[in-house]
Amino acid sequence: MQSFLKPPKQQPKHAVDPALQPWIEKYRPKTMDDISAQEHTVQVLKKTLGSNNLPHMLFYGPPGTGKTSTILALSRQLFGPELFRSRVLELNASDERGISVVREKIKNFARQTPRAADAEASRGYPCPPYKIIILDEADSMTQDAQAALRRVMETYAKITRFCLVCNYVTRIIEPLASRCSKFRFHTLDASSNRTRLEYVAHAEGVAVTPSVVDALISTSDGDLRRSITYLQSAHRLSASTTPPGEIQARDIQEIAGVIPDAVVNRFAGSLGVEGEDVDMDAKKGGYDGVRKAVQELVMGGYSAMQVLSQLHDIVILHPLLSGRQKSRCALIFAEVDKNLSDGADEELQLLDMGLRVWKALR
Amino acid sequence: MSLWVDKYRPRSLEDLHYHPELSARLRSLAGSGDFPHMLFYGPSGAGKKTRVACVLRELFGAGAEKLKIEQRVFLTPSKRKLDVNVVMSNYHLELTPSDVGTYDRQVIQEILKEIAQTQQVDLNAKQRFKVVVINEADQLSRDAQAALRRTMEKYMSNLRIILVANSTSKLIAPIKSRCLLVRVAAPTPEEMESVLAYVAKKERFDLPPEVASGIVAEATGNLRRALLVLEALKMQHPDLNAEKLEIAKPDWETYCTKVADLIVAEQSAQRILDVRAKLYELISHCIPPSLIIKTLADRVVEQVDEALKADIMHWAAFYEHRMRQGNKKIFHLEAWVVKVMSIYKHFMFDIDLTGFDE
Repeated sequence: MQSFLKPPKQQPKHAVDPALQPWIEKYRPKTMDDISAQEHTVQVLKKTLGSNNLPHMLFYGPPGTGKTSTILALSRQLFGPELFRSRVLELNASDERGISVVREKIKNFARQTPRAADAEASRGYPCPPYKIIILDEADSMTQDAQAALRRVMETYAKITRFCLVCNYVTRIIEPLASRCSKFRFHTLDASSNRTRLEYVAHAEGVAVTPSVVDALISTSDGDLRRSITYLQSAHRLSASTTPPGEIQARDIQEIAGVIPDAVVNRFAGSLGVEGEDVDMDAKKGGYDGVRKAVQELVMGGYSAMQVLSQLHDIVILHPLLSGRQKSRCALIFAEVDKNLSDGADEELQLLDMGLRVWKALR
Repeated sequence: MSLWVDKYRPRSLEDLHYHPELSARLRSLAGSGDFPHMLFYGPSGAGKKTRVACVLRELFGAGAEKLKIEQRVFLTPSKRKLDVNVVMSNYHLELTPSDVGTYDRQVIQEILKEIAQTQQVDLNAKQRFKVVVINEADQLSRDAQAALRRTMEKYMSNLRIILVANSTSKLIAPIKSRCLLVRVAAPTPEEMESVLAYVAKKERFDLPPEVASGIVAEATGNLRRALLVLEALKMQHPDLNAEKLEIAKPDWETYCTKVADLIVAEQSAQRILDVRAKLYELISHCIPPSLIIKTLADRVVEQVDEALKADIMHWAAFYEHRMRQGNKKIFHLEAWVVKVMSIYKHFMFDIDLTGFDE
């Protein structure tokens, strides 16, 4: 009988072994001070921590620059971990967000007057008398759903603040954008990217050489999330071999799906782009040479988009080609890129691009 | 009595015939307990799915091979019912989004959330998480891919996703950055020959090296196709050593060659009509139009002057792209045929056809 009355053993609800957690979650900034770069935005938002007043906000910028992290850190600092659950509603593209959800779920949440803060739970936090609704990836909301938000935002402005997070500010309808104060998140510069990566690597006890960090930064184009994920994947790979090896810059490129330089250079060579380590016999291949080179790439499983972007870098930065040749190539690349993103067949497009570049450089 | 392709499909990572480094990596990842989301990509017939199945076996043991098919009903927002067949074992679940057409987002959302919110029941299971395998991930709509983004992060504790795709070009960047990319390249001719020899040995017949290399040359890196051809060949000619063997091409390929011959042989309005009838024939036998245009272009290019090759390929790429955007495939196939004829005639007889292009 006693055993029935005993409270059930408190099991931690989401018992995730911290070692298995993705590092991007593990090292998500906990406070506003932890956020890398974005000094301007952080400075403005920090003031709101003191003043208890928060406007509706619209965060926009390229992926991996810390938009979601910022708003999560901000609301955590405002409400503390206890009240966080009742005061913050986070909706993202994985939730159904059609017009009906705006009408019901969001409206209902927005309508509730926040309960008076429990003195114990809110100790040490400002706990302002409003709730926050975070609409992550708001650019994937339909126009109708966005339109339905307009009035909701105004009516309940006293007790609810909205924070829209998106990549493309142009996809947010004008009436919504004008109700928010906008914050632009810019791409992380190499140095803050490096600091953060080294911090994570140090905290995880992973030995990284500067060349690996360079490879991480160059493959991820300022997307911090991407570089941390790559670092973790590379660490997994190197740690799981026996004996645990060191992370190589080559591993990072393979994980990132970057095509090895040798392969791209060979391809470029067969198109007639002169390189350092290319034998010039390949150049005279003509149609058959190009066709063979393309087939090799396709068989290797490389993605056409990746080929295109790497070839683009080679051609545009090439020291010997004339301006006219480069601009001709640029036109071709642009056209092929459009075709590829329309879903055209990769092999045909690559072949077409190869032949046209080869012609343009002849 | 199953096909050789299935009969000799490697069941575990040790049995895989090529890419030994990749297998070693996969094994150590599966053993480390820190298994990431993964994205397998590579050309078809390179062995992506085989590797996924092997990884699942490595993760969960033989239990992952006990498959059952379940029929699930989903309700779309417009109250339409969708029946989806889901292949699942106790530990994993396979989805092919192209089965559900435009409603893939709803299905992905519901299935993933359901899996993510239930924990592994089997206490003896080796891993705490379940795996969802999404085949043909490059066919997922943008919406569905967006829906995957947060789910992949949020439910990491009891869900792992394995995506299988032919190319990463059509996957959005956020998905790629959340996965460990695994490139499965097509096997080299030598590797394919060794696999063919292995199968021949298991089936106890003699495979002359010339036949093997002939099959491999036909298959262009597609091991599945090579094995199917080998089996068909063995059925037709039980004794592979005896006579001079013709490696049979698929019917549609020979048919395409014929059409290409027609195009090159004569360029006239009547010939366009003939070709058109043949194209209809191909389409009605469910040969994908983009494959038709690709094969045709290849065959035509073999027979024309060097100066024309680049142009013909360019227009093939151009009309293939149009075909994706347009509605009626036959229009674009025909347009390409007419274009090729015009270029060819222009070149051969030096007739000024510039007005025709507009």
